[in-house]
Amino acid sequence: MAEKEVLMQIKDLSVTYETRLGPVSAVEGVSFDILKGEILGLVGESGCGKSTMGKALMRMIQPPGRISSGKLIFDGEDIMTYDENQMRDFRGRKISMIFQDPMTSLNPVQRVDEHLVEAIQVHEPKTKPSDALGRSNTLMERLGIQKQRMKNYPHQLSGGMRQRVMIGLGLVLNANLIVADEATTSLDVIVEAKLVDQLKEIRDEFGVTLLVITHNIALVAEISDRVAVMYAGHLVELGTVEKIFDNPLHPYTYGLLSSVPNIKLDEREELYKMGGEPPNLTHPPKGCRFHPRCPKAMPICETIEPQFQEVARGRFVKCWLYENHPDKTTKKIEVAA
Amino acid sequence: MSASLRRFIITRVLLTIPMVLILVTMIFFIMRILPGDPIRSQLGPRVSEEQANALRERLGLNRPLYVQYFDFLWDMVTLDFGTALTQGERPILDELGERMPATIELTIPAIAITAVIGIFSGAYAAKNRKKPVDYVIRLMSIVAYSIPVFFMGLIFQILFSVRLPVFPLAGRMDTLMMTTFESRTHFYVIDAILAQNWKALGSVLMHLVLPSVTLGLALSGVFVRLTRVNMIEMLQSDFITAGRARGLPERRLAYRHSLRNTFIPILTLLGLQFAILLAGAVLTETTFSWPGVGRYLVERIQLRDYTAVQATIAVFALFVAAVSLLMDILYAFIDPRIRY
Ligand SMILES: Nc1ncnc2c1ncn2[C@@H]1O[C@H](COP(=O)(O)OP(=O)(O)O)[C@@H](O)[C@H]1O
Ligand SMILES: [Mg+2]
Repeated sequence: MAEKEVLMQIKDLSVTYETRLGPVSAVEGVSFDILKGEILGLVGESGCGKSTMGKALMRMIQPPGRISSGKLIFDGEDIMTYDENQMRDFRGRKISMIFQDPMTSLNPVQRVDEHLVEAIQVHEPKTKPSDALGRSNTLMERLGIQKQRMKNYPHQLSGGMRQRVMIGLGLVLNANLIVADEATTSLDVIVEAKLVDQLKEIRDEFGVTLLVITHNIALVAEISDRVAVMYAGHLVELGTVEKIFDNPLHPYTYGLLSSVPNIKLDEREELYKMGGEPPNLTHPPKGCRFHPRCPKAMPICETIEPQFQEVARGRFVKCWLYENHPDKTTKKIEVAA
Repeated sequence: MSASLRRFIITRVLLTIPMVLILVTMIFFIMRILPGDPIRSQLGPRVSEEQANALRERLGLNRPLYVQYFDFLWDMVTLDFGTALTQGERPILDELGERMPATIELTIPAIAITAVIGIFSGAYAAKNRKKPVDYVIRLMSIVAYSIPVFFMGLIFQILFSVRLPVFPLAGRMDTLMMTTFESRTHFYVIDAILAQNWKALGSVLMHLVLPSVTLGLALSGVFVRLTRVNMIEMLQSDFITAGRARGLPERRLAYRHSLRNTFIPILTLLGLQFAILLAGAVLTETTFSWPGVGRYLVERIQLRDYTAVQATIAVFALFVAAVSLLMDILYAFIDPRIRY
């Protein structure tokens, strides 16, 4: 893969929700880059903090949650330093988001064209309504929504069409990054497959970057260039889709892949089912958050947290198997490039 | 009008008939079970048996009960309502025709006050949830909700009419002006404008302030709470989050996107509250000596004027039914998902 420019750098991002049972560290110390024009899949079990991460990228965490630390560097600027007005301008124009439920993510009393025209006019107040409408119609036509559908209300559209409207709303202001949080989950299989194809086309045609958040590992395999694996608020592995699927490094990734029957793993390794449950994030386990469920856990895993580090070019993993430490008896496993 | 909308309206109108029928039947019998009768209320306790019988005969009260009942129903069907049994025995339609405008003139500003106060402060509280202004608005809404209407009226009278003589104490206009004021429509505001009598208009408007504010405030408490709760829920809905992710300003998200969706439950309440509004109007009219239908009803209940009470209740019921029908039709305009 050719060297790609970095679009967004996430540095040491942590998000905490204050709840009655104590603070929930839904995202903790996460660092990674999003590359220009890529489709990055973010995968993990539900409750591991994927949506929280997606919202945090746009600083959309609502109370009782807050971003407790981290830098979000977009096009060289740390958006954590932006004020509310700058953020408002940023949202929609630089990053846009598509949500899981297309039934509820459009205003039920607003027509499709009104949604698009409103988005344009809020961000570009000088645009004439007729121009905004023309632009919206052209864009939506490219996404396969005919002109007469533009006058429809959301309830008159199918789920797939609504999701395309959401995509259109992301594209109409030429956002660089579109975060799709479980955007295909609620659609039926055929519509989902179509939408996945369309997302890829959109990336090629519009040159946007996509962060596809899903719990569906098969979808990730199909759509992503690179994959980031999350577990209990931590990013545990990151790499190209081929590398991750051919040779998963983190025991959690391995477990995740073997839970999907049609993905072939290295035959020497024994298939295993992950036991146990994801941890309660009010009291996450010490050390590596995965150690209570990990078949390869070592004593050190219970006390000290491993680093998320680059073990080969473009391969990141957060696991003691690939890191040395004086308290560790075994040597780290070297990963071939 | 679409065929389905027409069918909907016809069904609703037909459903109104049994509702009104049951109501007036209940009133018919309750009035007659209550101790006292219109004969005593008209002739006093010392009347001779002969005189009483003569009046009873003239009013048709000597006929068997079922005859009176069906006679009354027939009057209803022909929308005639018959004549009152007391106070000059005038046709009830004439009496209501004079008093209904007074009540409407009071309730329209009251509803406007309720809606404006209720919806705006409810929405404002929701947008500023858990900030001091939210607690203040909520506290005031509870106060408005729990104070009896007549007590609130009394306090306003003491404060703004007796202590600080800004507004008149009671009535619809200055008594002196009344003597020369010619009323054609019985809507004094309209009459004054038609006659280009600006002094009279000023007096009418000043007389309107305290009663309509009393009634409006009393009803606004529920609206504040309802608007607030619905707005809070709406502000957390997915399409608001999606709008925020598109960079729409918070004000726009609150007052355009959320509030418009909140109007649907608010309208329902407004329709339901209409009955309560009429009840409030009865109390307000009594407190402020406002010569409307509410005060008329209270007077005639005391006089045991069977026909007048029956007719007034029937008219109230028809009004409530008409308003709730209107609300249902309005939904279709606000919410594109609803089609009849
Ligand atoms: N508004 C909230 N208040 C409290 N806890 C929350 C809130 N939203 C999410 N969480 C917690 O944060 C964790 C991650 O949630 P989420 O980001 O929705 O996960 P995912 O999208 O991967 O399913 C969960 O443990 C969840 O309980
Ligand atoms: Mg989620």
